Amino acid sequence: MHRTKVRVASDVLDANTTIARANRADFDRAGVRVVNLMSAPGAGKTALLERVLMNGLGGVRAGVLEGDVQGSFDADRLSALHVPVTQLNTDPGFGGECHLDANMVRSALGAIALDEIDLLIIENVGNLVCPAEFRVGEDARAMISSVTEGEDKPLKYPLMFRTCELVVINKIDLLPHLDFSLDRFLENLDRVRPDVEHMLVSARTGEGVDAFAGWLTAVARRQAPAA
Amino acid sequence: MHELALSRAILDIALEHAQGRRVRRVDVTIGALRQVVPDSLLFHFEIVSRGTVCEEAQLAAQLAPARLRCACEEEWELAEPAFRCPRCDGADVSVLDGDQLRVDAIEVEEAPCIAPR
Repeated sequence: MHRTKVRVASDVLDANTTIARANRADFDRAGVRVVNLMSAPGAGKTALLERVLMNGLGGVRAGVLEGDVQGSFDADRLSALHVPVTQLNTDPGFGGECHLDANMVRSALGAIALDEIDLLIIENVGNLVCPAEFRVGEDARAMISSVTEGEDKPLKYPLMFRTCELVVINKIDLLPHLDFSLDRFLENLDRVRPDVEHMLVSARTGEGVDAFAGWLTAVARRQAPAA
Repeated sequence: MHELALSRAILDIALEHAQGRRVRRVDVTIGALRQVVPDSLLFHFEIVSRGTVCEEAQLAAQLAPARLRCACEEEWELAEPAFRCPRCDGADVSVLDGDQLRVDAIEVEEAPCIAPR
C-alpha cells in the first residue's frame, strides 16, 4: 500500500449552492422574489410578519415558508391572516437541524403555490450562526435584532450581520426599560457592516412597521436578474 | 452547531474523490470569517465518517486569516470584526482571504500495482 494525494479544491458548500441556484431558477421562472428572514429565537420574526401581513403589502401577494425545528406554532399564527403558509420542519423526529438549507427548501417547493404569490418570505430557524452559512435561493437577506439581545450582537455574530442587506431593530418600545444603548449598538453594527440599511421597529406597537412593509414591497418589485 | 452539516458535506466530497479507496487524510481550509469551530468539525467528522472509507481519516484543518482591501488600496489583516478601513475609514472594502471553507485535498491508499504477466 502506498499513499497518494488527490487534489480536490472544492468549496464545502458547493452542493448546497448548486441546489440554491436551482431553487432560485424556479422562483425566477414563477416571477416570485424571495426574502430569507433570520434572527435569534424570540427576536420577533413571526410577530413582525403578523404585523406587516395583517395590513397587506400594497397589492403584493405574499406567502410564507415557515422553518422550525419542531411544531407549527408560527404557521398556525400566520395562517389566521389568510396568507398561504407552508410549514417546513427540519426534522420530523427529535433534534432537527438548526437552520434551513437549500435542499430542505427544495423539498418544500411542491407544497408552495408559486403562481399565486409574488413574494415568498422564508422565516428561517431562530439562530444567529448557522442559517448565515446556507443560501437557499433567496433574492435578499434580512435579519431582526431585538434590543433585548444586547448591544454586542453584531460583534459576536459578524457573519450573520455581514450577510444581510437589512437589519431590523425590533422591540424599541422596550428601550425605556432597558440599559440598552442604541448608539452603541449602531456603532457596533457600523464596525461589522458599514453603511448597512437598518430600521427601528416595534412589532408590538406597530411603530416603524410600515418601513419594513415598504422594504418587502420593494424587494417584491425587483426585476429578476437576466438569465 | 452547523458543524454537523458541514462535516457531512466534507465527507460527501471526500467520498466522491476517494472512489472507494481508503482515505487517510482530508485537508480543509477554514477562513477566519466563517464561524466554524475546528474542534467541533473534527468531532462531528469522526462520527459521520464511521463505516465509510473515511473512517480513521485525519481531518487536517488549516486556518486562513482574514485579509481585507479598501478602495484606497490599504490592505490589512483583520484581528477583530471591524470592517471599516483603518486608514481612510471607508466602507468600500473587499475580502481578499479568509471567507473560504474548502476541501483542498485527500490522501488515499492505493493498492500496489500488480504487473500483468
